[in-house]
Amino acid sequence: MSASLHAAPQLVLSGADWLNLFAHYLLLSVMSLGGAISTSSEMHRFLVEQHHWLSQEQFSQSITLAQAAPGPNVLFVALMGWYVGMNAGSVGAAFLGVLVTMVGIMTPSTLITYTAAQWGHRNRDLRAVRAFKQGMAPVVIALLLSTAWILGGANGGGLADWRLWTLSVACGLLIWRTRLHLLWLLAAGAVLGAFGLV
Amino acid sequence: MTPAPPPDHPRPASLSDLFISFTLLALQGFGGVMAVVQRELVDRKRWLTPEEFVEDWAVAQIMPGPNVVNLALMIGGRYFGFRGALAALAGLLAAPLVLVLILAVLHDRYADNQAVAGALRGMAAVCAGLIAAAGLKLSLALKRSPLPFAWCLGIAVAGFVLVALLKCPLPYALFGLGGLGCVLTYRRLTS
Repeated sequence: MSASLHAAPQLVLSGADWLNLFAHYLLLSVMSLGGAISTSSEMHRFLVEQHHWLSQEQFSQSITLAQAAPGPNVLFVALMGWYVGMNAGSVGAAFLGVLVTMVGIMTPSTLITYTAAQWGHRNRDLRAVRAFKQGMAPVVIALLLSTAWILGGANGGGLADWRLWTLSVACGLLIWRTRLHLLWLLAAGAVLGAFGLV
Repeated sequence: MTPAPPPDHPRPASLSDLFISFTLLALQGFGGVMAVVQRELVDRKRWLTPEEFVEDWAVAQIMPGPNVVNLALMIGGRYFGFRGALAALAGLLAAPLVLVLILAVLHDRYADNQAVAGALRGMAAVCAGLIAAAGLKLSLALKRSPLPFAWCLGIAVAGFVLVALLKCPLPYALFGLGGLGCVLTYRRLTS
């Protein structure tokens, strides 16, 4: 990777560039089976390597910040749009970037999912629909546990992080056995982390 | 078009109830919202039973788009049609979008602060526990599956090994093992 990918680029974006960005996100939306994050390597190719609209740092930051903030992870797409706009030189362009990328990534998948789900719900007594929904259940649960495993391991990895693992397991047990509000646990995790205890 | 849910089943009262409920649960979801959806909509509000949640999530997962967004669309759409779907979607995205942009602006100033980095690390660890607990709770739904429990367990363990340990690309696990589960279930269902 060349060094030029690391500095934030200074851009002049034409209307055609914005349209190109929009069209690309419309297309990614249709392909985003399993969530928008599964298309992030393609976003990297398009934004960082092909067009140089984002630096490598800005790309990584978009994903990390969206993970750290509350809300759906798909908001990393908004941050990519934001940084593209900032690279084009103004806060107004940054808001345009957010609008273009978010509307692009959301619209096709929303229409497809809404239509398919309504059809499925009307025909929920069909044998094929029941078999699909109930047959997928074990994999769905496996994916949840995998996400927990990967998120826990993303802390840095290994048994060296036993305090983080202990915190994760303790929270898992508390949530499983009690109705304690999640925000208390998140606040506790934030305080422990801020004072360097985990 | 919208069938009435069973009478013992609470439901969202209005479009603004949907919007506010999804805003509140989105704001609790650090590192992903799915586990919070299970906590809020199944355990607390009881808009969905655990079985319905797992079934809906299978659909949300298989469709293009972020799965929690798809789930919000489906739940909103079921009670209030397309307007409900949009209200749930707007609730899920609006407030977090503003927050994440503020965070991006603040980030450059405080990125080097140890306490901030530590707090984020602590919250991520809590999230991991939270998501695992949601998975364990939902596995109770497998007992009511048409498949024998041992088969379900086998598929779930294979899925975990493939995705978490072997880092297999998601579509393979989803369509391969999920497809196997669907075919087996189809053959066990009588009608």
